Amino acid sequence: MPNYVLNIRRFSPESGEPAHWEKFEVEMEGHRPVLDAILHARNTEDGSIGIRCSCQAAICGSCGVRINGNPALACNTLLRDAVATAKDGATIDIEPMGNMPVIKDLIVDMDAVHWKKVQRVVPWLIPAGEPPEREYVVPHEAMVDVTQTMACIHCGVCVSDCLSMEVDPEFVGPAAHAKAYRFVGDPRDAATETRLRDLAEDPHGLYDCTHCFKCVEVCPKGVSPMNQIMRLRRRATGDFKIKDANNGYRHEKAFVSIIEKWGTLHEAKLLPDSYGEGIFGKLNPEAQKQLIASAPTAVRGVLSGKVPPLKVIHHHKLPDQKKIKDIYKKIHGRDDRIELNLYIVGEDADALAAESAPAEAAATAADGGES
Amino acid sequence: MTVGIISKIHPVRSHSNAAQGGINAALNPDDSWESHAYDTVKGSDYLGDQDAIAVMCSEAPEEILHLEHLGVTFHRNEEGLLGTRAFGGASAARTYYVADITGQAILHVLYEQMLKYDDKIDRYEEWFTVALAIDENGRCNGAVMRNIRDGVIELFRAKTVILATGGSGQIYKPTTNALVCTADGQAMAYRAGAALMDMEMIQYHPTTLLGNGLLITEGARGEGAHLYNAAGERFMEKYAPNKLELASRDVVSRAEQTEINEGRGFPDGSVHLDVTVVPKKRIHEALREIVMVGRDFAGIDITKDPIPIRPGQHYIMGGIKTDVDGLTDIPGLYAAGEVACVSVHGGNRLGANSLLDTLIFGKRSGHHAAGVAKSMNMPKISAKQVDDVRDEINAIMARSASDGRRVSEIKAELGETMNDKVAVYRDEEGLNSALEVVKRLQEEAKTAYIDDRGTIFNQDVLGAIELGYMLDIAETIVMGAIERKESRGAQFRTDYPERNDEEWLKHIDIKLKDGTPTIEYSPVTITQWQPQERTY
Ligand SMILES: Cc1cc2nc3c(=O)[nH]c(=O)nc-3n(C[C@H](O)[C@H](O)[C@H](O)COP(=O)(O)OP(=O)(O)OC[C@H]3O[C@@H](n4cnc5c(N)ncnc54)[C@H](O)[C@@H]3O)c2cc1C
Ligand code: SF4
Ligand code: SF4
Ligand code: FES
Repeated sequence: MPNYVLNIRRFSPESGEPAHWEKFEVEMEGHRPVLDAILHARNTEDGSIGIRCSCQAAICGSCGVRINGNPALACNTLLRDAVATAKDGATIDIEPMGNMPVIKDLIVDMDAVHWKKVQRVVPWLIPAGEPPEREYVVPHEAMVDVTQTMACIHCGVCVSDCLSMEVDPEFVGPAAHAKAYRFVGDPRDAATETRLRDLAEDPHGLYDCTHCFKCVEVCPKGVSPMNQIMRLRRRATGDFKIKDANNGYRHEKAFVSIIEKWGTLHEAKLLPDSYGEGIFGKLNPEAQKQLIASAPTAVRGVLSGKVPPLKVIHHHKLPDQKKIKDIYKKIHGRDDRIELNLYIVGEDADALAAESAPAEAAATAADGGES
Repeated sequence: MTVGIISKIHPVRSHSNAAQGGINAALNPDDSWESHAYDTVKGSDYLGDQDAIAVMCSEAPEEILHLEHLGVTFHRNEEGLLGTRAFGGASAARTYYVADITGQAILHVLYEQMLKYDDKIDRYEEWFTVALAIDENGRCNGAVMRNIRDGVIELFRAKTVILATGGSGQIYKPTTNALVCTADGQAMAYRAGAALMDMEMIQYHPTTLLGNGLLITEGARGEGAHLYNAAGERFMEKYAPNKLELASRDVVSRAEQTEINEGRGFPDGSVHLDVTVVPKKRIHEALREIVMVGRDFAGIDITKDPIPIRPGQHYIMGGIKTDVDGLTDIPGLYAAGEVACVSVHGGNRLGANSLLDTLIFGKRSGHHAAGVAKSMNMPKISAKQVDDVRDEINAIMARSASDGRRVSEIKAELGETMNDKVAVYRDEEGLNSALEVVKRLQEEAKTAYIDDRGTIFNQDVLGAIELGYMLDIAETIVMGAIERKESRGAQFRTDYPERNDEEWLKHIDIKLKDGTPTIEYSPVTITQWQPQERTY
């Protein structure tokens, strides 16, 4: 059986010692999860290793940690996968999640950060008046849609490495925003506009997300918090024309029209255009302030290779402009906005294929259990 | 009046999360609560109390609507009305669900409500209840807690106490139950003198993942999945020609175990659950969690490959004996949920009846307890119990490696023994040897040691306390199984393979009397459904 080396970040506030790393060797099959290895070390070597865990099935949300620097659940990360991302190719580093204070070893204070933010979004259904005698009649798709955010297990994995939260600890954050969508997307909730206005106008709300994608990438339940934030924004701007403190509404409009014109995102134009197109935008004092403030971000973008330096000053149009125009024509021609939701269409192309195969579609109807 | 909710883990981490499949209610106009009740009675192999079952099933529809109104995102049909799926042992499709995260959705919505009423409910999250506070008259007037965050021990006074501490599956290894399901409430009540009932009735779920015992929801079979042995036979045709894979859980588990024992299973000791017969879109929409379980924990794509499964410990039908208002033998003490035994599940629980049990009897307990609390003054209790608990904890922390075995080692031996000897098939010899092991482990636990001597988040010492709970309850499970000399529901005795209504249509109650577990019997309430032979 393979031998795995766990390098666990230890911290005991009572000991007076600073946080340090401690190695444990565990013999275990590679398809077993990291949590099993930690528990093995705890059961056989040192019972004082602190980690929250319960279900061992990625459903209770207890065991969020950082594995080799990346936030994940310990119970659904397999040892063989963990070792593949080890910095030295052998030692699995396990540390507490970020953006939250450490209580002991791998246990962080989620109340102080995550749950406070969840509270912030008024996390309960606010229906209009008294409930009906029977159930609320709501579209099938709407329930499937909000179930994606209902699936959040509040593990804090997305919170751990949220870029915006690192910069602005007051940011409402990915999971709490996803929770907000759970109500905004729920046709039974009557406070949609208030909720959207509240989050759009909060400088730490909807428009405080930098689209770093981290939360989408790390969420173990497919909640895609950033996508929920984007959908909240679309509803805020599209359905309620809410103009916000961070100028997000304008930003989005500018974004759309730049793409329409250029076919790709002209980063250097985006900020000034958010304050009004062309020269007026650039002269707007608020825009100037923000332009200056955003300089480090732009520099960082260039350094990390996200934005090629040439692009900042010189922007090419995408060669096939007609295609872009066609897309826009098609979108503008639609009555309803269409939301893409992975939760509905499934994860692989096969699911789509199955959907279109008539024989199987008939079987779905017969087998669906709607009897 | 105020309410305090105490939970040893954050409430949304509770094990109700794991309930994937759904919750039963006869809400469709063409269904009836009597039909639901009859299925439950039959499922229980006639050991369920029919008055309690009637209460549960008749109140179920209203409860589903209440949850829906609170915001549970129940699945809808094309008309936008609540839709159902089929479940085992049921004569109609009456299981309401949220994809395959039904328990999670309900639990989270109830937690949302708790946040909404933040000003009326005090939440003690990550507080561990160590013992009930019982006064000299034998009334329960509160409980002793340890704040896990800082190790502080406190006595909570209360006019009424409701135990809702869940199941006891960690007594078994493997189990579908979470690490926190350690029989705490059952043991605390039992130690305080309450009767436990139907303890021998341990449910083995037919479809748990071969490697680690994770549950594959019954919803998979509800959606149409098949079971195959190594020869490619759909073997349920032999055991339950009408209901096939959707027979009662005890029936399907025994069928699988028979196939495996008689050499028709796969070499790894499994049979196969084939979900590929379910349309892919439906799998992604309704069995999403199982797709992830297959991918993350078995490395397979369930839309393409069969899943190797076997029966695994899942649920305890027995528990603290209560009436339909949750009242236990101990004045002031209530119990509801998996910790309790009303008894609505009798010898075998139907899938999707447990969440219902927790909700209906949780609500009824709450109403009754509130009524009592309104009419009385806050009772006094002595602080002695705090000292007892503190002493107990200090004593555990003072033990060293030279005194005995590790707590974790004893727990593992307990789990393996129970899964070996007190499982799907049982016999006198095996049960007696299990009882011996449990008694030896009880002795060993007295000197078992831990490593952590700290106060902040000392999970090690809690593990030692939990081990004590589990050993007490394991003893009652084995005793009940030895006592019941017949086969009924989940109890199958190879030495007594028939159901024997004449002698055993009764509950086995176990109580601590002067420190000794003592067996008593109580009658089964039969109202309108006379016992019949049970076929599916
Ligand atoms: C994998 C799985 C799938 C299931 N699927 C279904 C299904 O589809 N349908 C269905 O109806 N049923 C299902 N069940 C059964 C059902 O989920 C459980 O029986 C039910 O959720 C138990 O709920 P409960 O409220 O009694 O306990 P839990 O939800 O386990 O809650 C117990 C609570 O007590 C607290 N607690 C325990 N001990 C202490 C202590 N010492 N101090 C302080 N707090 C304590 C815990 O922190 C927790 O909050 C399933 C069970 C499993 C394991
Ligand atoms: S995409 Fe937004 S919410 Fe998600 S991690 Fe990045 S900054 Fe945070
Ligand atoms: S959104 Fe995903 S990562 Fe974030 S708390 Fe919820 S489940 Fe965890
Ligand atoms: S232990 Fe429950 S999510 Fe990992």
